[in-house]
Amino acid sequence: MIMHRKSPEDQPRIGVYVCHCGVNIAAKVDVEHVRDFAASLPGVVVSRDYKFACSDPGQELIQKDIREHDLNRIVVASCSPQLHERTFRRTCADAGLSPFFFQMANIREHVSWVTVDPGAATTKARALVAAAVRRVARAEALALRQVPVRPEVLVVGGGIAGIHSALTLANAGKKVFLVEREPTIGGHMAQLDKTFPTMDCSACILTPKMSDVKNHPNITMWTYSEVDEVSGFTGNFKVKVRRKARYIKEELCVGCGDCVDACVMKKEKVQVPDEFNVGLSKRKAVYMPFPQATPACMVIDPKQCLQLMKGKCAQTCVDACERAAVDFDQTDEIVEIDVGAIVMATGFRPFDAKRIPEYGYGRFDHVYTTLEVERLVNASGPTGGEVVLRDGTVPKTVGVIHCVGSRDRRHNAYCSKVCCMAALKMAHLVKERTGAEVFDFYVDMRTPSKGYEEFYDQVLSEGVQFIRGRVAEVTDWAMTPEEEGKLVIRVEDTLIGVARRVPVDMVILAVGLEPQVDTAEMQRRFNISCSQEGFFLERHPKLAPVSTFTDGIFLAGACQGPKDIPEVVAQAGAAAAEALALVDRGHVDIEPNTAWIEEEACSGCKTCIPLCPFNAITRDEEKAIAVVNDAMCKGCGTCVAACPSGAAQQNMFTDEQIYEEIEGVLAYV
Amino acid sequence: MAQRTPRMSNLHITRRIKYQNELDLGFGKVMTSIPGAEDLLRCIQCGTCSSTCPLSIYMDHTPRKIIAMTRAGFKDEVLSSATIWLCASCYSCTVDCPKKIKITDVMYALKRKAIEEKVWPRGLPIPVLAKEFFASVLRTGRANEGRTVAKVWLKTRPLKLLANMGLGLRLMARGRMSMKSERMTGSVDQLRKILDSVHNSDTGHSPG
Amino acid sequence: MKYLYYPGCSLKGSGRSYEESLLASFKKLGVEMHELPDWNCCGATAYMAVDEMKAFALAARNLALAERYGDGEPVTLVAPCNACYLALMKVQKYMAEYDEVGRTISDALASADLSYRGGVRVRQSLDVLLNDVGLDLLAEKINHPLGQWKVACYYGCQAVRPFAPFDDEYNPMSMDHLMRSIGAEPVDWPLKARCCGGTLTGTIPTVGLRLSYIILREAIDRGANVVATACPLCQFNLECYQSQMGREYGEDLDMPIVYYSQLLGQALGIDDRSLGLQRHFVPLTAAAAVG
Ligand code: SF4
Ligand code: SF4
Repeated sequence: MIMHRKSPEDQPRIGVYVCHCGVNIAAKVDVEHVRDFAASLPGVVVSRDYKFACSDPGQELIQKDIREHDLNRIVVASCSPQLHERTFRRTCADAGLSPFFFQMANIREHVSWVTVDPGAATTKARALVAAAVRRVARAEALALRQVPVRPEVLVVGGGIAGIHSALTLANAGKKVFLVEREPTIGGHMAQLDKTFPTMDCSACILTPKMSDVKNHPNITMWTYSEVDEVSGFTGNFKVKVRRKARYIKEELCVGCGDCVDACVMKKEKVQVPDEFNVGLSKRKAVYMPFPQATPACMVIDPKQCLQLMKGKCAQTCVDACERAAVDFDQTDEIVEIDVGAIVMATGFRPFDAKRIPEYGYGRFDHVYTTLEVERLVNASGPTGGEVVLRDGTVPKTVGVIHCVGSRDRRHNAYCSKVCCMAALKMAHLVKERTGAEVFDFYVDMRTPSKGYEEFYDQVLSEGVQFIRGRVAEVTDWAMTPEEEGKLVIRVEDTLIGVARRVPVDMVILAVGLEPQVDTAEMQRRFNISCSQEGFFLERHPKLAPVSTFTDGIFLAGACQGPKDIPEVVAQAGAAAAEALALVDRGHVDIEPNTAWIEEEACSGCKTCIPLCPFNAITRDEEKAIAVVNDAMCKGCGTCVAACPSGAAQQNMFTDEQIYEEIEGVLAYV
Repeated sequence: MAQRTPRMSNLHITRRIKYQNELDLGFGKVMTSIPGAEDLLRCIQCGTCSSTCPLSIYMDHTPRKIIAMTRAGFKDEVLSSATIWLCASCYSCTVDCPKKIKITDVMYALKRKAIEEKVWPRGLPIPVLAKEFFASVLRTGRANEGRTVAKVWLKTRPLKLLANMGLGLRLMARGRMSMKSERMTGSVDQLRKILDSVHNSDTGHSPG
Repeated sequence: MKYLYYPGCSLKGSGRSYEESLLASFKKLGVEMHELPDWNCCGATAYMAVDEMKAFALAARNLALAERYGDGEPVTLVAPCNACYLALMKVQKYMAEYDEVGRTISDALASADLSYRGGVRVRQSLDVLLNDVGLDLLAEKINHPLGQWKVACYYGCQAVRPFAPFDDEYNPMSMDHLMRSIGAEPVDWPLKARCCGGTLTGTIPTVGLRLSYIILREAIDRGANVVATACPLCQFNLECYQSQMGREYGEDLDMPIVYYSQLLGQALGIDDRSLGLQRHFVPLTAAAAVG
């Protein structure tokens, strides 16, 4: 608790500090004018402008004024409170003034950065300063509340990001819940064959970590599960997890596969595209995504299983399972957990190449995506690692196309970052496996990471032909006899300045990375933000890259933006460390913005009671009024807005403070 | 920009360099002020336009290069290039450009600039056709294909007119061409008034 | 169904049979087409290269007339010629998108006591046939199915580029559906919307002829015995320069090039003269024997 030297009953003696922020503000806003204007406002004792208010000398200046001029209210007109409210509150507190007697006016993000006309900017800055001055005059001495933090952490998503975060946290002794919506953890990395630039086998480096997750005493791994609901706040989240019915008892299944052999869907015709092999092979209704799936447990697809769909099947799987693990009566189960922090690691989805019809994906059999070719070259893939086309032939010429769906304002304007290297890897692997002549069509070659340029250099020296140009079209329209029966790639060789037609047997599209389809839904559920392109938004692009605007929720991996594996792992570690810093501290300070009821005004109508999402309001039957439980109130303001008698009030947002602020804006524009 | 040095048997050696003072550095910026050409500076030189363009194989500079040269201020080369006149306004480039640059509009704008500065390749009938077409519309409110084409040939390549006489006559015989002008039903005056009041187009003046 | 109809200059000249066949077919289908009174040239391609704003002003006057004709009711203006269709669509879009265009054109219209507020829907006739008349009604009215035709449906550029509100810009299908509905068989080919060379056939013939020839050659190679077009310039190029192409590339070419509306008209039982078929150089009957 902080001791307050000044008593709040004092007449307001306000100090105003107009920050230049170097030229960020001063180049647009006439700061001297705003300073002089502020000096004329009632209650203002000191008004200054300063180059960098947040600097040490800037803060010392404020503290000196507090002492010398006996200031009891401070207004700083500078940047967003997101950045420096904490700084200036501390400045006040260190000088013995309650930090809640401080008010910030944002004249940078809200004014100088977004206003063209200097005159208009200055007018708006004046209005915001006036509003802050009038509001701070009504400020009250409050104190931060301390709330204990739960030590458990939830990790959402079991790809390499989630796996790495979970292991880091678990190794630090924290209990971790890892929730993955697919039947196995592993994510996209499990589908890859080799990883650039060192070309180590993806499965070889991933599967040990998967089994670490499974066996870690501190990790509760829930696959085939989804987060249904999140409530609470930093340090104390309540999460409902839906454990989807697998129709296989996880504790009994050992993944022997007897049920799969027995399943009646024997004919390929009736089988369904295998998700793990990106549709290049078929699977039955009961399946395990891949041999090293974790958990090594089957799952029955309710949209394919005859028993589950039609209630009619010989149920050969049930008979085949010696351990009696098949259970058609399973239903979804909702589990509630309490956690202190959440790490989002929900990953990405590959761009759907069908959206660029010019490239013929889905129309021409021999146009593939990079992910499909990963499965083709993989020894445990549908062809046992041989690069053979859908017609069974081995390609003699192959074209790899970069930037599919990326750097394209018609689709995704951003660069997907990983596709250049993925394309180079494909060029190398396909050439190595088939000896084919490989053409690589790139727009700009982007290989800026450790060992990446060296890899490009290697692929160049292997004789892959690089053509700088974005492919306009893949067509089967032959213009010469040599082109008959081939796929022709139309491109401008921009370095030579001539249009070329390159006939190939196989086309590989280096598809970009996109936000998951349900990102918007996730954003609502977890109450976090998304950037314009749809990836989860970090709190600050440089200085808080794994935090979100919601305290206690952190970001790991490609759900925040395109990333390759080394970067994902680094970021997942960082997210784990941030989560750890929160739960290890044991408590959080939260704003004292709780609601309270003005006893005399309350008519006891009970309107507020059912509305409170946190059940923080009860009725004092004796006095026939509502009472807010301070410890449970999260300061959402629902009751304040709903109360018909105006009896519900909220700290830091009293009617009086808000009216003063509004009048401050209006009085001086 | 290319200077030919004396000829040595079959070896043509040229000295090629562009000095900064030969460029019109503001040219790209000027072009971006024209509706449709505003995104010109966003070009990433990917060449999609050139490879999708059905005419690029005939062009002296591919559409991509035209964009680069426009932006870099190679105004003379751009305006005197055959490229802009070979553009058939098929809009393939416009729909395929990943940066949503309306290249067809850029080509139109460059044609207009070239007409305005009178720097089109000699003997090229296209600018003449465009102007004749303009004149025909100004006179009657509608275009008369036969008359316009005949005039253009007469002005640019009289022999061509003779060569195509046959086609013209066959069209006339089938009622598909006439030297008599189609006219608007009302008075052309209203239309002229509208056209006259349009002044601030990018070329600044109307040709004629 | 009732529409305002914008013929454009070509449909009164070299493309007369497009107008004749289209109007006859619509009439047979019970669709009313009223010619926009006092329309003027749309200002298409060539004009755009001389003075863009004036080209826009030309197009906009037609929209203004159409809007006034509608007298407050929503108006659909049907433009069968691809070039007109695009010119009208383009000014509509650019007036809304670019302040400078919007202002200049509005001022110009105002000088002649006209105005345009964006209330006209411009549509290609194929769009109307497919999406308003519909394949069901067509199926009902077809009484002379044309089984003998293998049609290369040739849409040209500007019906689907750069704006493609009613069909796919890479693989348009509306004419294919239409042809199937009249009993003909559309061939699958990749050049449906490739450029025919436009006015280059006349201005730079070596290039223009080659572009038209590529279209024709591919149609033949794909087994078509007739090419159906949606644009008077495409039709003109492919047909009227056919003998020249034949000389240039040493081939005997006699591919009938018609408007989709002429085939539709035949299937509706309209006589050839009313469809303007006598105006064509390569008679529609010639290839029937081949097919
Ligand atoms: S397609 Fe667009 S971005 Fe690419 S070179 Fe052409 S104009 Fe530039
Ligand atoms: S609009 Fe012109 S430049 Fe563009 S693709 Fe067509 S012909 Fe080429």
